[in-house]
Amino acid sequence: MKQKFAGILLIPLALAPLATTSLQAQDRGTYALKDARVVRVSGPVIEHGTVVVRDGLIEAVGANITPPADAWVIDCKGLTVYPGLIDSLSTWGNTNTPPAAAAAAAGGRGGGRGAVVATPVVATPTPAVSTAPPSRGPEDRPSTASWLKAADQIFPTDRAIETARNGGFTSAVTFPTGNIFAGQGSVIDLAGDRAGDMVLADAIGQYITIPSGRGGGGGRGYPGSLMGVIAYIRQIYMDAEHYKLAKSIYEKHPDGLQRPAYDRALEGVIASPRVLLPATRDVEILRMIAFAKEMKLNAILYGGHEAWRSADAIKKAGLPVLLSLKYPERVADSDPALEEPLRVLELRDKAPTAAAALEKAGVKFAFYSDGQSTPRDLMAAVKKAVDAGLTPDGAIKALTLNAAEIYGVSNRVGSIDKGKIANLVVSDGDIFGVRTRVKYVFVDGGKYEPLPEEPAGGRGGRAGRSGGF
Amino acid sequence: MKRSVFIALLLASALSAFAADVPVLIQNATILTITNGTVKGSILLRNGKIAAIGDKVLAPPGAKVIDGAGKFVMPGIIDCHSHIMAEAINEGSVSVSSMVGIEDVLNPEDIAIYRALAGGVTTANILHGSANSIGGKTVVTKMRWGATAEAMKFEGAMPGIKFALGENPKRAGSSQGGFGAVPTNLRYPATRMGVEDVIREAFNDAKAYKASLAAYQAKLAKGEPAIPPARDLKLEALVEVLDGKRFVHAHCYRQDEILMLIHVADDYGFKIRTFQHVLEGYKVAKEIQAHGAGASTFSDWWAYKMEAQDAIPYNAAILVKKGVLTSLNSDDAELMRHLDKEAAKTVKYGGLTETEALSLVTINPAKQLAIDKRVGSLEVGKDADVLLYDGHPLSNFSKVEKVWIDGHQYFDRDEDEAGRPKKAIEKKALTEKAAPAGGRGGQGSTGGPNQ
Repeated sequence: MKQKFAGILLIPLALAPLATTSLQAQDRGTYALKDARVVRVSGPVIEHGTVVVRDGLIEAVGANITPPADAWVIDCKGLTVYPGLIDSLSTWGNTNTPPAAAAAAAGGRGGGRGAVVATPVVATPTPAVSTAPPSRGPEDRPSTASWLKAADQIFPTDRAIETARNGGFTSAVTFPTGNIFAGQGSVIDLAGDRAGDMVLADAIGQYITIPSGRGGGGGRGYPGSLMGVIAYIRQIYMDAEHYKLAKSIYEKHPDGLQRPAYDRALEGVIASPRVLLPATRDVEILRMIAFAKEMKLNAILYGGHEAWRSADAIKKAGLPVLLSLKYPERVADSDPALEEPLRVLELRDKAPTAAAALEKAGVKFAFYSDGQSTPRDLMAAVKKAVDAGLTPDGAIKALTLNAAEIYGVSNRVGSIDKGKIANLVVSDGDIFGVRTRVKYVFVDGGKYEPLPEEPAGGRGGRAGRSGGF
Repeated sequence: MKRSVFIALLLASALSAFAADVPVLIQNATILTITNGTVKGSILLRNGKIAAIGDKVLAPPGAKVIDGAGKFVMPGIIDCHSHIMAEAINEGSVSVSSMVGIEDVLNPEDIAIYRALAGGVTTANILHGSANSIGGKTVVTKMRWGATAEAMKFEGAMPGIKFALGENPKRAGSSQGGFGAVPTNLRYPATRMGVEDVIREAFNDAKAYKASLAAYQAKLAKGEPAIPPARDLKLEALVEVLDGKRFVHAHCYRQDEILMLIHVADDYGFKIRTFQHVLEGYKVAKEIQAHGAGASTFSDWWAYKMEAQDAIPYNAAILVKKGVLTSLNSDDAELMRHLDKEAAKTVKYGGLTETEALSLVTINPAKQLAIDKRVGSLEVGKDADVLLYDGHPLSNFSKVEKVWIDGHQYFDRDEDEAGRPKKAIEKKALTEKAAPAGGRGGQGSTGGPNQ
């Protein structure tokens, strides 16, 4: 097979040894994946079908397709083609976190896995925030970067992109982190020479984080407690409504009215068609449902570990859920004598059942990496959800079409349909199978092929999967 | 931990509580009505309300009949000052935090709710903390263990706001680095003078905000183009205070600061609904009474800081005798479980009658919170928030046996004790299943990339 390095793999020489762990990419071209089991997700499985890819798009899919004369025919007998997997809430490819912090986080992890961690899940505040005088109220717009767009800070050579792609992920909905109003997410494809090439949708929603905290005596700036944060978010959305109104009135009567001040925080909020609200525990889920209703937000809940308790309430509210694949664990190095409440134990035990509960209740949900970047870990977590009652169909949907639908990009990605972007993953068996290997990954019609797996004990970031699936 | 079984039981039952609860008839009991003397006889709870009280009440068909011989029935205890079930207490980053509200952070799974029930508390006023001069919005709740946060709220109760005077709000401004102060970042005020100034300035702002709303309306009426003022959650709450639509619950200790706040309120034309803690209230009872404020104090908890030194156990009794509407509160999850015994102390210190003493934790806090039409005494038509004791509630040897709220039973001592072995087994199984596997730490509560 003729293979060459794609531009994305033009890594500085110092990193050359790492390149051996990479997928090798083929230019966009015309391919026919012949005689494959095609899991379209949008329709029934085609047991013996062909998928034709041309110029980055899916040209045809079906049982009786004759490969075009100019196509590179890939015999997929015994292989299964899925739509490319989507991480529905990600930091992959995002350079939001200062490089120093990323390096420290990576160094803190063991073995090779750490080497591919580009952005730690807990973002450190940027220096600009920590040196600023403490905020005195909502008017200071504390911890707000709502105008930031992930699309504007994509780092195409982020190792997390490649690692994820090795595992069959072709898209991610990636977000800036580190603030209450963290900024706007973008749907990106996990391959491309330039950041701009990777972006599918640049502003799909505002990512909100809600730091917990009982609060205290002051001095550290507003908001300093959970209720302060909630009140702040409420005030921002009220201000945004007022801002729109004030601007429209002012436009009609610029003479004789004081002009409304330009406010980038509100501009960012207004430019966000969706709002991601954190909701992991039952009480948080119900709280955020009520908050979304009160503020009339087009909300998406994320977290969801305790959604097995509140699935019906979520269904009733009609909100989609992004379900974390990082299940709660006992805190490392915690006091072994610490007796944990039944409630905490129960949450930990049942978190993997959340997906099945949401599926049963008819809630639209998608999985997300929650700071993890090793597909092996992610798929192991999905497997846990399947073992806990989620249907395999539901699992693949939660990794593909559901995410695309939640973010309004299902006309382009998420399933294998004519005209959609050619994001595909080809494996030698069921994608959740323990021994399944990814054979090819197509991103935007470009073919990537995992290199043979290194022997055990090799460096991290191994190509392909070794059994985590 | 008493949770999972109860959560399971109550989640199911709470939803259908009102429809499915059968009438309950307690017979042969000593019924302390608080407002209408003591009745030896029966009390009937039906459809969430007290349906009958009397020597003889016929059991309606299907009623659950409880023999109350030798037992006492009284209204559910009301705690006018608590911080349980709140996931945040203080927005102390600013001196005026009236934009925040406890109702946003209620956690209906706080085990303190269930324990409060076991101590006979059925209603509690959940307050913001005292870190700043004007704190956050407060919310009145019922201890409907197993219900959602929304269903915990005492429907229709007047909203409130916390004020705080003295050491707590001023210590974050202390250059001596007082408790809670960040020396590099001191927060005004640092003195009692400053606390007064903060409150006055806040109400000046609130009045200006109110005026700006009026000015906008006037412009609109004249047909002039105008941009409405932006809604300001901080000032909105204070305008509600000015308009008498939100109660002020003011944390205080010393007589001078109490008088100060009365003057400020008079100047700005609003009322203080209750002085909380108010340990020196006995010195200014007349002034408190004249302002029309209530007092919500401790029986004998003091000396934990300088401003709480000059306290006496007769405080509540003196306030009562001077005509101040007085209650005893807990401000603490543990103290909350024996407010009945706190009330008993006022019989010894100050010579209150038993009914007066029990009023301090029932009808009086109900009046302070303006929910006395619904709760606080045993009267036909009021909410069936009822306690069954195994002895006189003021006795140290008596325990709460059963607790009903809205006619639904939320606590039963026998059931609790009987259920413990089962819960212990359940917990043991989960603990073993979740034996530490080592590895990475779980972040737990917030799910996503967080600050």
